[in-house]
Amino acid sequence: MDIPYTVDVRRDTGLYNAKVGIWLFLASEVMLFGALFSAYILLRVGQPAGHWPQGWLNIPLGTANTFVLITSSITTVLAWAALKEKNFGKFKFFHAITILCALIFVGIKSFEYYDKFTHYTITQKDGKFADGHFRNATYVDPVSNAQSVESCYRGTTFTKPAGTNAVKYQLVSVTLNGHVVSDETLLFDLKSHKPAAAHGEAHAEGAAATAEHVATAEPAAASHGGHEDITIPAANIQKVSSYGPAHHPYNAIYFTLTGLHALHVIGGALVIGFLWAFGGKMWKTDPERFTNRIEVSGLFWHFVDLVWIFLFPVLYLL
Amino acid sequence: MSDHTASPSKDHAGAHDTHSIRGYMTVYFALLVGTALTVWASFIHFGSHEVNIAVALLIASVKAFLVGGYFMHLISEKKMIYSVLIFTAIFFVGLMFLTLWSFADFPPKTVTH
Repeated sequence: MDIPYTVDVRRDTGLYNAKVGIWLFLASEVMLFGALFSAYILLRVGQPAGHWPQGWLNIPLGTANTFVLITSSITTVLAWAALKEKNFGKFKFFHAITILCALIFVGIKSFEYYDKFTHYTITQKDGKFADGHFRNATYVDPVSNAQSVESCYRGTTFTKPAGTNAVKYQLVSVTLNGHVVSDETLLFDLKSHKPAAAHGEAHAEGAAATAEHVATAEPAAASHGGHEDITIPAANIQKVSSYGPAHHPYNAIYFTLTGLHALHVIGGALVIGFLWAFGGKMWKTDPERFTNRIEVSGLFWHFVDLVWIFLFPVLYLL
Repeated sequence: MSDHTASPSKDHAGAHDTHSIRGYMTVYFALLVGTALTVWASFIHFGSHEVNIAVALLIASVKAFLVGGYFMHLISEKKMIYSVLIFTAIFFVGLMFLTLWSFADFPPKTVTH
């Protein structure tokens, strides 16, 4: 049985059915993202003054990703227009760019995610905060005194299988590449405060607390107030927190919004990729129906672009 | 059923092919400029942060209008689509205004941590 109105226009709606379908779906998508945007507003206004992060994301990368998505949108339109001109080769070319853009977008996004998951704030028992990218964590087996340097944080203790029994390692110290501040709010506003002054002063204090590494860390810190390797002994560690979703409500809504958006990019790319790779058959038998499929998948793709147009300023710039 | 006797989608096709490629490209460049403008505006201090937020959202809305209107053809769409989207718009705006209610729930200036 044929599916009705794949090409022909229904008299009552004035449209082929898939187009009504995709718009109903997009209407529900507006509400889905709308709910999360309102969650963002609530989380943001619920924070005390100065506790909503500014400048935590990489603006050049976000801008690049915006350009990438806009480019993928125009190539989607051009791919559809090429089919209207009965030019299948041109369609293939433009939609190949769309798919490539989708891959670039997801690649850049993955890098940004990785950057957040390897970025830590350590709340110190002396009331200061060490903040930076993870270098390594040193653990020791108290029984044999054997040390183990791990490339990711594995908690205050972890067990490693060794032959028949397991060895329980305990945290000795964590090394971050970053700086130490005495006021947590300095970590929230990376956009407007002057890093050199704040970090230089604070780092010298922090280095004193990490007596073992003063020799290596302090001279470098004195010469320029940038990011240095700081080692915090376990005795001074109160809390270790990566910039994952649990770090701050901002991170929670950032990962929720961009994660859901990235899933849409991946889903859209799969559909467009499928039509790109296997669409030739339908193009030969029913070109108008295929063109409509491209239009409908394109409408979804533009919607994904449209969501990003709001996500970018809201999460990266404001 | 799906023979080509009627093919009413053809008239829709005619309206949008080659001659509007230039229109699509114009929209594309407008979107690129809009993105650059958003980034630039975010580094300008307009007096208060609220104004910066308003400016960024205004630019984003213009960009959204361009994508929706031209790439998604909402400028010249059938009535059926509009009647769906008008409800979406109303509910979306309602959803955003729901957040205002939250202010009524808390005593002023409560800081929980």
